[in-house]
Amino acid sequence: MSTARRWIGDHLVLGLGLLVLAYTFVPIAIVVLMSFNDSSESRNVYKFQQFTWDNWLHPGSWADGMAGSVWLSIRIALLATIVATILGTLAAFALARHRFAGRSAANLIIFLPMASPEIVMGSSLLALFVSTSIIPLGFWTILIAHIMFCLSFVIVTVKARLSGLNDNLEQAAMDLYATESQTFWRVTFPLVLPGIIGAALLSFSLSFDDFIITNLNSGQDVTFPMFVYGANQRGVPMEVNVIGTAMFVISIAIVLGNEMVRRRQEKALAS
Amino acid sequence: MSQLDEATPPDRVGAGGTSRDLRLTSLTKEYASFTAVKSLDLVVPQGQFFALLGPSGCGKTTTLRMVAGLDIPTSGTISLGDTEITYEKPYKRPVNTVFQNYALFPHLDIADNVAFGLKRRGVKDVKRQVADMLELVELSSQAHKKPTQMSGGQQQRVALARALINKPEVLLLDEPLGALDLKLRRGMQLELKRIQTEVGLTFVHVTHDQEEAMTMADTVAVMNQGVIEQMGTPIDLYENPRTTFVANFLGQSNLIAGEIEGRDGDHVKVRVQGAVASVPGERAHSESGRGWLGIRPEKVLIAEAGQPIDAPGDVITGGYVTDVSFVGVSTQYQVRMPWGQELQVFEQNTGARAMLPVGTKVDVSWRPEFAFLLDASQDAKAGIEEE
Amino acid sequence: MATVDAPQDLPTGAGTRRPRRRLTGYWLILPGALWLLVFFVVPFYSLVASSLFDPDGSVLTGYEMTWHIGNYWDAFTQYKGQLGRSLLYAGIATIVCLVVGYVLAYAIAFKAGRWKNLMLVLVIAPFFTSFLLRTLSWKLILADDGWVVGVAQAIHLTDVLNLIGLTTTDDRLLATPFAVIAGLTYNFLPFMVLPLYASLEKVDVRLIEAAGDLYASPMRGFFKVTFPLSLPGVVAGTLLTFIPAAGDYVNAQLLGSTNTKMIGNSIQSLFTTQLDYATAGALSVILMVIIVAAVMIYVRTAGTEELV
Repeated sequence: MSTARRWIGDHLVLGLGLLVLAYTFVPIAIVVLMSFNDSSESRNVYKFQQFTWDNWLHPGSWADGMAGSVWLSIRIALLATIVATILGTLAAFALARHRFAGRSAANLIIFLPMASPEIVMGSSLLALFVSTSIIPLGFWTILIAHIMFCLSFVIVTVKARLSGLNDNLEQAAMDLYATESQTFWRVTFPLVLPGIIGAALLSFSLSFDDFIITNLNSGQDVTFPMFVYGANQRGVPMEVNVIGTAMFVISIAIVLGNEMVRRRQEKALAS
Repeated sequence: MSQLDEATPPDRVGAGGTSRDLRLTSLTKEYASFTAVKSLDLVVPQGQFFALLGPSGCGKTTTLRMVAGLDIPTSGTISLGDTEITYEKPYKRPVNTVFQNYALFPHLDIADNVAFGLKRRGVKDVKRQVADMLELVELSSQAHKKPTQMSGGQQQRVALARALINKPEVLLLDEPLGALDLKLRRGMQLELKRIQTEVGLTFVHVTHDQEEAMTMADTVAVMNQGVIEQMGTPIDLYENPRTTFVANFLGQSNLIAGEIEGRDGDHVKVRVQGAVASVPGERAHSESGRGWLGIRPEKVLIAEAGQPIDAPGDVITGGYVTDVSFVGVSTQYQVRMPWGQELQVFEQNTGARAMLPVGTKVDVSWRPEFAFLLDASQDAKAGIEEE
Repeated sequence: MATVDAPQDLPTGAGTRRPRRRLTGYWLILPGALWLLVFFVVPFYSLVASSLFDPDGSVLTGYEMTWHIGNYWDAFTQYKGQLGRSLLYAGIATIVCLVVGYVLAYAIAFKAGRWKNLMLVLVIAPFFTSFLLRTLSWKLILADDGWVVGVAQAIHLTDVLNLIGLTTTDDRLLATPFAVIAGLTYNFLPFMVLPLYASLEKVDVRLIEAAGDLYASPMRGFFKVTFPLSLPGVVAGTLLTFIPAAGDYVNAQLLGSTNTKMIGNSIQSLFTTQLDYATAGALSVILMVIIVAAVMIYVRTAGTEELV
């Protein structure tokens, strides 16, 4: 009897943990489920009514503006990712490897956006854009805002990766006749690259998914999250769940694919 | 950007026929709060196995890094033969380093790691040289593994191969054997010595392990707090230390306080606790005032009080045994002398006599030619490692 | 100290020249720092400025900066309900997140073995779908005729919740404070789990074993050793959860009712529908000040310097 109790005690925490994990996935399951929902009977009720493949197979029947909003979100996310990753990587190198005055002030400015409420950040940007009236609200203001908050995450991610690197490696490279430039491209960069890629992926998902800041600064443009929010009043078309499911599947595929490639590499080397 | 001008190693002898000795002159490294290296003067003759020995914090690693070009001296010069390299970038010096934690590139396999320096210099025929070098360090079968998949000993050999393959004029080793277990370390010590003799390069080996330094090196320099206390062959340093630090750091010493009475022919007489001992002139590093009479434990002969001692020299009576340790090869005694000091005596277990039990009254003696005399102003505790 | 910098053109001479002070650090951080400066720091000034506008201004007539500090008082009195509610909901959500998140983080850090990485990925995986879609899913889960509500009613959970004021009297879960808080908890859970995990990961297991060796029961060991050591993670996690949650309005909008409006809702509509920039700005600043004050008090009492 007591062995059973021991087993439960040992595995209680793990069991609870798995339970929590399962709980986080329930809404995802619903998103996937609802992507197969036919809600044509009662639009306004968010409830599973009938199974259909239509949402997936007939993009032509998608609600007006949804495809456009997805496309806008993708464009902004791509651009924001590129810019934020470049600027952020440069800044991460500065913080991790170089000396300069005002370092703690820099650290503060970088950390704050991650900890500020989005409504405040969005409001202040809106106030700025409106009072200076240089850039009209729309694509460019959204992009600027996205780059702003992605920067912090990129810097923190890349900096963490960089700090973890043994700086002996760079000294060893120079000792072995590599110039500063060669040391950077042949030793430092390959080792930081995983961090940079991780930061880019993080940046992309943050940008694609952002709502609060975007909503305040978008003018007439509509991104995908804004489309969903707006549709909530009118009755959510089920095809939004198609997008949601697709995003999820693609991301999981990337992560799992990466893991499998890594495992295969290790196997090859061990033989 | 010119790195090394030739792909082959530079000529061993310079234009003027001078050999390419490593020469450090008044080398100093100061930091804001302390000075790591104080005006160091050092010449390492070409082709020698040189050891820089000292406790942690003595400045030996800083010195090494300055020679490698990884730290910049505050003042002083570093030269190889006639060429001054004090401020040259690391990649412009014909010097390579084996790092303490190996610093192997984790994203490259072993073969690429070893080939790294050759490729940067644009050497042709890389593959063959790498294969030869891997064979030298017995890692040919592991060529395509990554460093993380190898043991500490293997990684150490890769680090060595990676540096050696470039045939540098000076190979710097920063405590490379520190992370290895005892047996492996002994094996690698012999290997390193063998390789050095074979290839004839100058090796500068930094370590805190005095046994290691004495086993491997042709010349040893003992460093303490930024200065070299003494430099010479291992035997010189061990048998004739000039400072209490060296006397205590290399092996163990008994230091007995005494009054120097002055020269008597080619000996110096010292009054020690009632008896008079004599020290050969060249082993006396102080000629007046108070002094430390030094004698190594294995040079002290011990016998029961009144019993005859083999080949006696200077004798002190009145001690008794307070501790006996059987160490296999030898028996280590601690003898309390009448004035309170405890002397260490190591006696080889030849079997000629049984171990003396604790409490035995004993006489101790040593041949004067083994004694040395040091200045009393030095700290008798200097160099003793806190366990 | 020679470190790797961007390529420098050191004059190749006799090698006796000493290297100059490098400014590379400044150049590298300049673009990023500038961007953040212009688009994060400076906007705060605009926000404060707009909060001092003449409240009668509008997009048509233009806004006049009149240092109208009265805006703050007006905003506060009018919206203090939403402010209090936001802090309350965010607070409850944070506490629940802490308890639930700690269990998960602990499980991953100490009990997961070789599944650690997989579990960590699973924690972040929900992020891969849209935040709004996840929240909409909760609308379905907590729907009036869904089985969750049915079960809740059956075990009289709804009555209990009603007593503490988290639901209304008609036995619903949707459009109640409960739903909003549940949504907040769900959405911000990963923000709590990850810092907690990072902190727990660093705890040396042998310390816990030592506590056991010294006669501490597992519970005791936890509270006396593990939890205090994980405090930096707790602080980081609670901050990263509470602060954004206090300003959120999506959960309130999708899962709540007019009675559960949070300050975020108000700020949002003031800016976009009512175009009352003055009040909106004032509310934003008030929210910011409250949060900063709360954080400073919190961090001081928790007594941790680093956040990781």
